[in-house]
Amino acid sequence: MTQDIVQPQAFEPARRAPGAWMPITLYAGLCLALIAALLWSMVSGRYQVPFAHVIAILAAHLTDVTPTWTPTERIVVEVVRLPRVLTAAIAGAGLSLCGAVLQGLFRNPLVGPQTIGVSSGAALGGVTAILFFGFGAFVQVGAFLGAAASLLAVLAIHRSDSMSPILTLVLAGVVVSAFCSALVGMATYIADPETKLPDIVFWLLGSFASASWSKLLLLSVCTAIAGAVLIGMRWRINVLSLGDEDARTLGVHPARDRVILLTATCLAISAQVGVSGTIGWVGLVVPNLARMIVGADHRRLLPVSTLMGAVFLVVADTLARDLTAAEIPVGIVTAIVGTPVFAYLLRRNATSKTP
Amino acid sequence: MIRIDNAGHWFRPNHWLFRDLSFALVPSEVTAILGPNGAGKTTLLRAVCGTLALREGAVSAAAQIGYVPQALHADHAYSAIDMVLLGRSRYLGRFNSPGRKDKVRARECLHEVGLSAIADQRYDRLSGGQLVLLARALASDCRILVLDEPASALDLANQGIVLRLIQHLARSRELAVLLTTHHPDHALGIADKTLLMLHDAVHLYGPAGSVLTEENLARMYGVPVRRVEIHSGDETVAAIVPLHGLGRSGSASPANG
Repeated sequence: MTQDIVQPQAFEPARRAPGAWMPITLYAGLCLALIAALLWSMVSGRYQVPFAHVIAILAAHLTDVTPTWTPTERIVVEVVRLPRVLTAAIAGAGLSLCGAVLQGLFRNPLVGPQTIGVSSGAALGGVTAILFFGFGAFVQVGAFLGAAASLLAVLAIHRSDSMSPILTLVLAGVVVSAFCSALVGMATYIADPETKLPDIVFWLLGSFASASWSKLLLLSVCTAIAGAVLIGMRWRINVLSLGDEDARTLGVHPARDRVILLTATCLAISAQVGVSGTIGWVGLVVPNLARMIVGADHRRLLPVSTLMGAVFLVVADTLARDLTAAEIPVGIVTAIVGTPVFAYLLRRNATSKTP
Repeated sequence: MIRIDNAGHWFRPNHWLFRDLSFALVPSEVTAILGPNGAGKTTLLRAVCGTLALREGAVSAAAQIGYVPQALHADHAYSAIDMVLLGRSRYLGRFNSPGRKDKVRARECLHEVGLSAIADQRYDRLSGGQLVLLARALASDCRILVLDEPASALDLANQGIVLRLIQHLARSRELAVLLTTHHPDHALGIADKTLLMLHDAVHLYGPAGSVLTEENLARMYGVPVRRVEIHSGDETVAAIVPLHGLGRSGSASPANG
């Protein structure tokens, strides 16, 4: 008897929610795109390795293949390019996943690892570690502590004003980033120009050129742990994205969940910064592109954003490597692609608020 | 099912919004809260739902509460069915997502409020968002339903539809319903008990028919009101009419010139 108690025509016609179509096709497509990007990245470069040789070198680990490749080709693929492209893929995946999570948690699509100051905090932590302990494992620890400290600082500023939470959050991020940048500047100024300074400058530029199997292992472990937590809590992010009060009426206590999510985010971002320096825009732009394709539901958004981020950074890194005779930092490529997209999103976000 | 004992709250010290407020909600009964703007209606609802800590008194709920806010701004574009599915969250562990049973339950609840047709549409673009939130509360298998101004943003026909739906849900699911409203007619129509929140922390509580008198309402809103009864067929409809001084002079229809 309750059927049709409210006629559907009582409601404005609305567009069908995006992402209601087959996600499996999309996942398969993205996986294929990732494999294609990885292979393309290993083929291209100043030292050209034929596609067939790349496949054969990789296949040799699984089956017996008669060597058709030169020893140099093998070194280029296995020692130089393979760890590098995998590092780029995992870094991109981690950054995009964290960006999507942060945008959900802070209820704002214009938030990213960079805008809320986590990346610059990690950079400051890493530089401090290099300054005091030299280049080594402490860079990772420093980056993580720096990321966590800057996030706490942003949250402390953010809470003090609830009138326009989104603006305060972004401005708090700007403030913390500026503070961290100033300290990084001071650290580079006082660093020993013979021993410490080259390490700091090289690391800060943000590049995958120094990628190695050991760094890749560290990055993979951190990103895998963070990724398992973040993707595992994808439904909770949906709940938290409605705001604390509403989450509580739904029987979810947001405080502890948020601490877990933010800690995992810090872990992944700081691992990326520790391995390859600050790389901006990926974590901000890719989740927004993913949201346009699959909609806002984090159950779909998180995996799609992760895969898209991996593809994006592998392509960006390959371009950074091969576009000019001398390699340009990958952060420059991501910024050149990211800033116009961000400007477009800002404009779209501003206009959609006024119907 | 839920008891509110000696509840009291203020936002500015010693400016009590309400004090010594006690009432209980029982299954299948609708309780309406009326009061002028700023009398603390929504504050009381938040206290009942446990999202606000009272300065005085206690709320003891013996069952699950489902809360339907007046409106919920979703910053992310979830579909209507996903919003309803969020009502299942309290039964899901931290690392779990809704399963098939949850999805079936959500579809049932959306159907129960008559919105099956718009399941896949974006929640943030619907004008009937509050009904989706009602379905979400139902999906949480609540025994107590708390609604903040249901039907306040709807046209006349849909007001009636939503009020009948709430009454039907209270009876058929044996829910204890608590709602706020600015329409005394709505309270007269579906409420069993009524709580009037007057200024200066004064309140009146009792059966809807005996509390919603001309005298009490005039005291509460500061406007003289008349209670009229309209007979239509075999039903009698009670209506509250405020005398705002907007009536036209003359006893017959306005004459030309």
